[in-house]
Amino acid sequence: MSEKTPVIKMRDISKAFGSKIANDKVWLDIYRGEILALLGENGSGKTTLMNMLSGIYFPDEGEIYIDDKPVTIGSPKDAFGFGIGMIHQHFKLVDVLSATENIVLGLPGKLDLKGAREAIKKICDTYGFDVNPDKKIYEMSVSEKQTVEIVKALYRGAEILILDEPTAVLTPQETDKLFNVLRAMRDDGKAIVIITHKMHEVEALSDRVAVLRHGHFVGDMLTKDTNAQEMTNMMVGRPVVLNIDRPEPKDPKPRIEVKNLTVRDMDGIIKLDNVSFTANTGEILGIAGISGCGQKELLEAIAGLQPVESGTVTYIEDDGKREELLGKDPLEIQNMGVALSFVPEDRLGMGLVGNMDLSDNMMLRSFRRGKGVFADRKSPHKLAEKVVHDLEVVTPSVSTPVRLLSGGNVQKVLVGREIAEAPTVLLTAYAVRGLDINASYMIYDLINKQKAAGVAVIYVGEDLDVLLELSDRILVLCGGKVSGIVPGRGAKKRDVGMMMTRLGGSKDEK
Amino acid sequence: MMSQIAFYFSRAIQQGIPLLFGSTGETLTEKSGNLNLGIPGVMYVGAISGVIGAFFYEQSGGTLNPALGILIPLLCSLLGSLIMGLIYSFLTVTLRANQNVTGLALTTFGVGIGNFFGGSLIKISGADVPSLALSQTSAFFRTKLPFADSLGWFGEMFLSYSFLAYAAIIIAFIAAFVLNKTRLGLHLRAVGENPKTADAAGINVSRYKYVATCVGSMIAGLGGLYYVMDYASGVWSNDGFGDRGWLAIALVIFTIWKPDIGVLASILYGGVYILAINLLPTGGIAAVRELYKALPYLMTIIVLVITSMRNKKENQPPESLGLAYFREDR
Repeated sequence: MSEKTPVIKMRDISKAFGSKIANDKVWLDIYRGEILALLGENGSGKTTLMNMLSGIYFPDEGEIYIDDKPVTIGSPKDAFGFGIGMIHQHFKLVDVLSATENIVLGLPGKLDLKGAREAIKKICDTYGFDVNPDKKIYEMSVSEKQTVEIVKALYRGAEILILDEPTAVLTPQETDKLFNVLRAMRDDGKAIVIITHKMHEVEALSDRVAVLRHGHFVGDMLTKDTNAQEMTNMMVGRPVVLNIDRPEPKDPKPRIEVKNLTVRDMDGIIKLDNVSFTANTGEILGIAGISGCGQKELLEAIAGLQPVESGTVTYIEDDGKREELLGKDPLEIQNMGVALSFVPEDRLGMGLVGNMDLSDNMMLRSFRRGKGVFADRKSPHKLAEKVVHDLEVVTPSVSTPVRLLSGGNVQKVLVGREIAEAPTVLLTAYAVRGLDINASYMIYDLINKQKAAGVAVIYVGEDLDVLLELSDRILVLCGGKVSGIVPGRGAKKRDVGMMMTRLGGSKDEK
Repeated sequence: MMSQIAFYFSRAIQQGIPLLFGSTGETLTEKSGNLNLGIPGVMYVGAISGVIGAFFYEQSGGTLNPALGILIPLLCSLLGSLIMGLIYSFLTVTLRANQNVTGLALTTFGVGIGNFFGGSLIKISGADVPSLALSQTSAFFRTKLPFADSLGWFGEMFLSYSFLAYAAIIIAFIAAFVLNKTRLGLHLRAVGENPKTADAAGINVSRYKYVATCVGSMIAGLGGLYYVMDYASGVWSNDGFGDRGWLAIALVIFTIWKPDIGVLASILYGGVYILAINLLPTGGIAAVRELYKALPYLMTIIVLVITSMRNKKENQPPESLGLAYFREDR
């Protein structure tokens, strides 16, 4: 592995968006038969750098060499020509088209779907994919869509495969499957770059690690020569403590009692089936489950945003007074101290308005409070400044439209606003979705502070490792049913993973 | 009885052809993600451009050559609507202006241009009625198949139309074929559904949007040309085209973005229109007739309700319809 020559050399690559510098004189080498993990905080320019390889962006400065020949990658088409395929974080698939149609999209020549189908089957057999070529994309699960993306790249003869946070939306089982495929492709001599935030994945999968920080290249090394702590420090630029606190809950008392909750969606499909649990004060109740198993509906039902078929949601006050939340206005529920911060897949979809600036977004919560016809703009402005300061939000000013912030910063704004309301119940979903390790820990810290303040926290997360470290209790959902509630301390990842895919989990695994 | 049915059927077709041109053009445009609400204006310009060409050819004196008599207005019309398409594309694709505003502005602009030049030509011709008759060139346009009259009701129903009417139907079928069966169509659909994906797949999004919009405009413009040269027998009067442009846009929704369905749907629209104008009782109140004219729109709303209730993805408008695309937008 020592005397290899890199297949791709990036030299002095710079790219700026307006006044914001995304990449500054970055050097990067990519080798055949190797899995390279590209690490960095949010907004450190990883995706931008890779987008320049895949032809989405064009570098302002610098050179790219493929097999020691200088090349110009001006468009995605050029990138395919050089055998570079990228699997983006947001899948580049057309929903109403079939898998085959998506795979041949953009290729020249006569449209021959039959021939394409054959070729796809062959690729699937070689690497062990499972794809139905005629299935429409909108009928597919996230994992299936990702598979289509990878097959698409291979169909185009990709020799260099770039994956941008491929595991962010997968279950542990699906992740394992993906990793096996990636290893098979590496052994086949392909070069693979994977962008990720998850340290254990870097350690489990990659051969080499390259680290970016604030658009600069910090260094690269063999994975076996380093460890999570060192990599994190390189990313952040200072030593970081990699432990999530989990203080014992102080004096937990029932706060929200959910009984026999059943919810159907608009098409009449059951999303939650007879769900019962209690959330206690001063405790973090983690909710695990494959995405789309009713997590969203559960939180929305509590927040009063989701029509419920049957069941009860009871709010228990400190003095034991019980109040039924179902049937109440979302605003009323909010005023009782139930705060919902839901970070959807596109981050902006719920809770924030992209085109409004930070202070106006703060106002979305408080605009009713002003006296008379004029809105109070001063206190939201102050709150925005406080959130920016406390959570280290990177933004030119509080009057910047939220849309222009990077994903992690958007989330900090959203979570910061919800916490500023001093809630008694904090419902949060995917709070760290796509966040880098430093920002994630900041959010965990915030959530822990709320817990210490006696707030009942319901935390829906997708990273099982974090759920296991953070939660006092974990409720596992499977297909809208409660698969089980386990104590967070001592819970095994494998068991929880099994419970996510099968009701009650399975005992007969070796 | 048969002859009466044949008469109304042929009237329905003639009424439907401009709508078919318009909707085929707009469907192609919308498949690229451009919602061109300027179609009424484009069709208006297509009509007046053809009229200008025909007018000056007729004014040039001498005996008129049938081939030139058709070719000159045809090319003028195509050129006029092409320019409209280019303006729309330049504003919405290159400058990324808001599509709705641009489209509506283009409609106002197109109608204004049409009425301005129409009025001018009427002045030049010195007619004492507020209309312009281009009977000679119109006669060329209205040339029918020679044996149509000898075939009775069958001839009247299916063979009694001019070449532009058949062209409309053929173009609609070609458009359907291209959209569904060719790589070009696959790419176009991808651009309209998800330009980011199309771009990442190496498809030139801007080029597809430009070409689809311009070709769509040219096809729609032919609807205007057909209306004035054939349906109206070469008589131009200001605002004579009416709300056919909007009907064409409604027809796009009615056909759930499928040009081949448009062939039948346009006849249905034309039929309802004829029904409204000639057959349904009004009880002597003229205003009732205006109400009847809303029937096609009512039908469109019903289709909209049904398709959105069934919520089948394939029957929905292209996903990025109305949105400008910018590659480096984040």
